[in-house]
Amino acid sequence: MIPDIEKLTNIAIQVRRDIVRMVHGSQSGHPGGSLGCADYFVALYFHIMRHNPDFQLDGKNEDLFFLSNGHISPVWYSVLARSGYFKVEELSTFRKLNSRLQGHPTTHEHLPGIRIASGSLGQGLSVAIGAAQTKKLNADPNLVYSLHGDGELQEGQIWEAAIYAPYNKIDNLISTIDVNGQQIDGSTENVLSLGNLQNKWEAFGWEVLEMNGNDMQDVIRTLELAKSKTGKGKPIMILMQTVMGNGIDFMMHSHKWHGIAPNDEQLKAALLQLTSTEEDY
Amino acid sequence: MKKYNYSEKKDTRSGFGAGLVEAGKRNTDVVALCADLTGSLKMDSFQKEFPDRFFQVGIAEANMIGIAAGMTIGGKVPFTGTFANFSTGRVYDQIRQSVAYSNKNVKICASHAGLTLGEDGATHQILEDIGLMKMLPGMTVINPCDFNQTKAATIAIAEFKGPVYLRFGRPAVPVFTDPDQKFEIGKAWMVNEGKDVSIFATGHLVWKAIEAGEKLAAMGIDAEIINIHTIKPLDERAVLNSVAKTGCVVTAEEHNRIGGLGDSIAQVLSRNNPLPQEYVAVDDSFGESATPDQLMIKYGLESNDIVKAVQKVIGRKIKK
Repeated sequence: MIPDIEKLTNIAIQVRRDIVRMVHGSQSGHPGGSLGCADYFVALYFHIMRHNPDFQLDGKNEDLFFLSNGHISPVWYSVLARSGYFKVEELSTFRKLNSRLQGHPTTHEHLPGIRIASGSLGQGLSVAIGAAQTKKLNADPNLVYSLHGDGELQEGQIWEAAIYAPYNKIDNLISTIDVNGQQIDGSTENVLSLGNLQNKWEAFGWEVLEMNGNDMQDVIRTLELAKSKTGKGKPIMILMQTVMGNGIDFMMHSHKWHGIAPNDEQLKAALLQLTSTEEDY
Repeated sequence: MKKYNYSEKKDTRSGFGAGLVEAGKRNTDVVALCADLTGSLKMDSFQKEFPDRFFQVGIAEANMIGIAAGMTIGGKVPFTGTFANFSTGRVYDQIRQSVAYSNKNVKICASHAGLTLGEDGATHQILEDIGLMKMLPGMTVINPCDFNQTKAATIAIAEFKGPVYLRFGRPAVPVFTDPDQKFEIGKAWMVNEGKDVSIFATGHLVWKAIEAGEKLAAMGIDAEIINIHTIKPLDERAVLNSVAKTGCVVTAEEHNRIGGLGDSIAQVLSRNNPLPQEYVAVDDSFGESATPDQLMIKYGLESNDIVKAVQKVIGRKIKK
């Protein structure tokens, strides 16, 4: 299927509107990383993955996605709603009492689309590997995708998983790291430098690809390339360059919008930069 | 009526190993993961029988728990194996988020629990694991008493849907339960009926309680002995029925006094029928290096300690 880049880009703009409105609505949440990853999520759910919005937790005979850096839940919730997993109106309940849209994703409230809780960092790569191994055991040819933050790579469990996957030839896994260079206390470079990520992952035995996560054309092209490299004995890691806060000029290029909500005025200014392409919830 | 027969000594971990193979035969979705302790956990028979369903993860317990949680998505029933210390404290957050909160069908199987790990010392002798695991919402916590019961429990948890912590040990201990028993999760096992005191014991301390019961009988004290193999969910009905008869309680466990079986029983009593209780447990300390037998004596987990606790609690019983 030839991707309609313009259409996908427009959906990503609407997703960005959802993100800032959700975070504004509850006056809490993580807009920065969510905005940066909007294009990736839209590409996955609207073009790349074979998935079923008529949700089955077991996910047999479809591709699976795991979000390891669970704090960017707003972007995931928006994309799940807009791809049919639940009604977009429910986005307004984000982080509010009795909501299925918890601050960090969970299976506990049975929100369609979520297969495991995440938020405490560093756990999602192991989970994705486990799900990928079950796919192999079940002779299910579909793929497993996972997303991780770059700051999250400071967690040790990531590197336990990094050793395990190539040794066990987990070649039905396409993982991605959101390399936005920011974390709560500042830039990753200043907090705890991650060094040369390409060299690190290659040294661990992964097939490493790079992409511009804020260029829909490049996202689609790289994810398609990653798919073509599955089944060849190696897990795949995409180093995705993004800009935290992408799409809203005053939120970009800073760690300051990692975990704070816009006020009324800031919301207004943000929405002016994002022309609505689909109905707001 | 005597409901037990001493046959021989065997380690409970071998009961786990035997049960795992049986569970693997009964259900092809059963898979096993081990963090470089395959021989110690007696998982080698499963590995040999089902090589495609055995996963060696190396010395990486956090990764093991995460992989196991992921494997449940698509229907596998993963059993993880390592020492109790590395099965709980080391990976608490992984269990909390990826297993318990996510309600994943993972069986966390933990050997070398408690003091009877012996010479390796306190770094490996976890005495807090029951407390850690029972505090997690939705977690089932099981501590069987001998080879046969550990085997039966292993088979039973494979058929049960939900996260389970299964605790067992290293040394050879008396085998005295029925080899063909049906293990019922959450149902206490009445070992010996009595009227003077209720002894609730778990794991290796069940046999010690039986030894104590024989000594007490010689002293004219009729002890009721109940094996609480499932600490959570606790068989509260069995506890309350017993104490209604006896009016006092001794709990016995190879665990810290804080957070273990004794505290679970105390909670049932305080909410329903407050009665005198004595604890036979490690008194809020770490262990140390020595033989298992030496440690059980030093830390007060012998049958004589149960006898003394019974005498004390009977003395505290409110006279009618």
